[in-house]
Amino acid sequence: MSRVRSSLIGSSVPKLDAAKRVIGDARYMDDLTLPRMLHGKILRADRPSARILGIDTSRAEVMEGVRAVITAADIPNHSFGHGRDNTPLKGEVVRCIRDEIAAVAADTPEQAEAACRRIEVKYGDLPPILTTDAARASGARAIHGDHPENVALTYHYDHGEVEQGRRASAHVVESTFHLRYVTHCCLGVSGVVASFDGEGKLTIWSQTQVPFLYRRDLAAIVGLDPRDIRVIQPFIGGAFGSKLDIYPFEPICVHLAQVTRRPVKILFSREEEFVASPTRQPAEIRCSMGCDADGNLTFREADLVLDNGGYTSWGATTPFVMMQTFSSLYRVPHVRFDAEVVYTNNPYAGSFRGYGNLQASFTVESLIDELADRVGMDPLELRLQNAQEQGEVTGQGMVISSCGFRECLEGSTTAARWKEKREEYRQQTGRVRRGIGMASMLHVGGGAKIYRSDGCGSILKLDDFGAVTLITGASEIGQGSETALAMITAEELGVKLEVVRVVNDDSEIRPWDVGVHASRTTFIAGNSARLAARAAREKLLKAAARLVERPEQELTIEDGEVLEQATGKHVMSVPKVIRSLHFQDKSELVVTNAYYEPPSVAQDEKFKGNVSATYAWATQVAEVEVDMDTGIIRVLKISAAHDVGRVINRLGCEGQVEGGIAMGMGYTLSEELLVQEGRVRNPCFRDYKIMTAPDMPEIELILVESLDEEGPFGAKGLGEAPAICTAPAIVNAVKSATGRRFTGLPITPERGAREFMKDAQ
Amino acid sequence: MSVEVEIRFSLNGDELRATVPAHRSLLAMLREDFALTSPRLGCGEGECGACTVMIGGQARAACLVLAVEVDGAEVETAECLRRSDGSLAAVPAALVRAGAVQCGFCMPGIAVTATALLRQKRGPLERREIERALEGNLCRCTGYTKAIDAIEAASREEERS
Repeated sequence: MSRVRSSLIGSSVPKLDAAKRVIGDARYMDDLTLPRMLHGKILRADRPSARILGIDTSRAEVMEGVRAVITAADIPNHSFGHGRDNTPLKGEVVRCIRDEIAAVAADTPEQAEAACRRIEVKYGDLPPILTTDAARASGARAIHGDHPENVALTYHYDHGEVEQGRRASAHVVESTFHLRYVTHCCLGVSGVVASFDGEGKLTIWSQTQVPFLYRRDLAAIVGLDPRDIRVIQPFIGGAFGSKLDIYPFEPICVHLAQVTRRPVKILFSREEEFVASPTRQPAEIRCSMGCDADGNLTFREADLVLDNGGYTSWGATTPFVMMQTFSSLYRVPHVRFDAEVVYTNNPYAGSFRGYGNLQASFTVESLIDELADRVGMDPLELRLQNAQEQGEVTGQGMVISSCGFRECLEGSTTAARWKEKREEYRQQTGRVRRGIGMASMLHVGGGAKIYRSDGCGSILKLDDFGAVTLITGASEIGQGSETALAMITAEELGVKLEVVRVVNDDSEIRPWDVGVHASRTTFIAGNSARLAARAAREKLLKAAARLVERPEQELTIEDGEVLEQATGKHVMSVPKVIRSLHFQDKSELVVTNAYYEPPSVAQDEKFKGNVSATYAWATQVAEVEVDMDTGIIRVLKISAAHDVGRVINRLGCEGQVEGGIAMGMGYTLSEELLVQEGRVRNPCFRDYKIMTAPDMPEIELILVESLDEEGPFGAKGLGEAPAICTAPAIVNAVKSATGRRFTGLPITPERGAREFMKDAQ
Repeated sequence: MSVEVEIRFSLNGDELRATVPAHRSLLAMLREDFALTSPRLGCGEGECGACTVMIGGQARAACLVLAVEVDGAEVETAECLRRSDGSLAAVPAALVRAGAVQCGFCMPGIAVTATALLRQKRGPLERREIERALEGNLCRCTGYTKAIDAIEAASREEERS
């Protein structure tokens, strides 16, 4: 006789801390204040390229409320960043408009800002290098002396023989795509609070997504022992990848606190956030792709030039993710990929949700549609024909251990009534036209082995009231990780969700974790929490069996009660078992821990290897309405199918997908950080347009459950995926409505109207 | 030299007096002088809606209002969107239930905007009406869909606040 018990997994659970956040009780960086705290402000360069000839801080130093003014000469100023080419303050050369020249700590933010204005900097202008072409031109000035060609990084990848693929092609399409700057627009601006205690130990309140790497990096920059740095993350008002790097303002704040011996806070203004926080990497991508007469893909070649800006952040490594899409989105026997990351005097890019995959998927999925046109196939059929199945290994060595690709293609198009609408929207004429288009994506879904470990630690503590505390290495940046982890813990342990608390904000007590990136938290931290919960459950069952003198196998734990496995009859409560362990002669705690390391491998020097424990798939179908005169494109509906392995929290999945689509729509239709002459021209929400409530289309979501063997309860990562293929889906829909293929974004009404007008003439 | 002005106003039901510099924004006064944290500084230019409060029942961006302007007025923030037993009022409760909250930075502003809307318009609301009301509240995490769902659901409930 087996009893059916309801499972938490797959249910809809509101975010555990949502009430706090909605009512204003959550404390974000803005809300933090400490006794004797000072406010720091940074003086940035007023030009993108110059020599610094002299800095005079004397007038600033004597101003009211000013406690410290620092320049590069006053601090160790160790270099840092992925390319070790950045420093907290700049003493000799200005390489971009964000450059930090000096910093002030004062009693109030207003005093600090006023003092910044009194700092006099003498510049000797250097002609700015503003395009990647200019940077690579022969004789161009080296922006960093140790990179004479202005090339920060190069990436080469290939599998098969591209020439052979070309010869086998009946159809070849080629195009160049231009993707520009967009930025994260976290509603909570960047900030940090640094405070030293009497023994020289630093506590830093940071919005970082990667607290443990952050601690290591910060220690090296400011010259502290990592053991003397405690990182606390307050509530974070959005991150989306922007907090993967460490930025100059953070060590600057530490130095101000060191110099003044008082806590210091730096909080950006919105304008500063637009000017001095990271962007998505602008890319110029030339790509060609072929197929045989039956629509089987034959080869793919891509040459990318990425504008690195003045410094090399983690964002410069996005080609690493881009190449996965070029090599492995659909079955392609022959692939070559080359990327150059080029220094310019523009603002430097960082990591941003999708990490290069938006640019890559835009390219590949646009060309797939063009290829379908050439072959005369329905774009869905061409995609289905080339879609991978479970068990395949891609040319890059990615093992497709679970695969809902086909289900995504079929599910999204069924929801969108693809065939019917395509027929209906064929040959649209007139001013207002409708169209339908689709695009897919492939992304890591089981972490990514970039560092030596891709693991996460968990500690699980049960107290004698039966309260369960999960202390996890995983960070919460608004994505809902604490809720998913609590659900996994409660399910595995056999307790009610209400008794589980998650501690995820203090490096002093949390076990190690890589951080929030690569959509890894549910998969990696979920597995880790599950292992810790399993160990606790075993301990409880063993103790209960001893108490009632029955074999463990006859007992189970559900909803915080030890039950008879076969009948569900109550045996004793979990708190009672815990108390019996605490208060026996040989007292024992119920505290367990686990470290989960996924079975993935670091790629070799040729970028081959199974870098993630599993991969996520998705297809989105967009239905659009285009006004040919005004250029306004309205998205009517997005049908999104995402292979999530297994749904953990349904509400959480829905929220990620809806939010990702909104971000993807902004990328497609409205968002562009205008960088001209190295300066940001639209540093405000009035001129940088993100989607608003009336812009949102109907969204129909299909969550495909491919039940990954390695994933916690079968789940895989979802966080980045929803933003990745919205743009090509919309652009393909616009092509079907208007006949016009857009190879650059965003398609603002102005750009749209201009192109449609050309076509009409 | 700044001119200080004495004002009287009601804040979340409490009658208060304050002496404020004439140029001080309502947002700065609420956050710094009264230690409220629900009105959030997202842009300081009236573009993001994170600092939305109600003045005389109307949703306003507190960063664009001078503190002296609320002299004699009734100011309400998200902190007051609770029932007498401390539980969440209908709108924030609906936002939580619907899964509208991710990073939550914009949420108090959205809750206040929606509450003002529901007080002004009795009976179930149309989605288009809700979308238009939320146009000035930016959210980067959620895509708005669940907030709209929540407000629509709250507008159908009997007891609204």
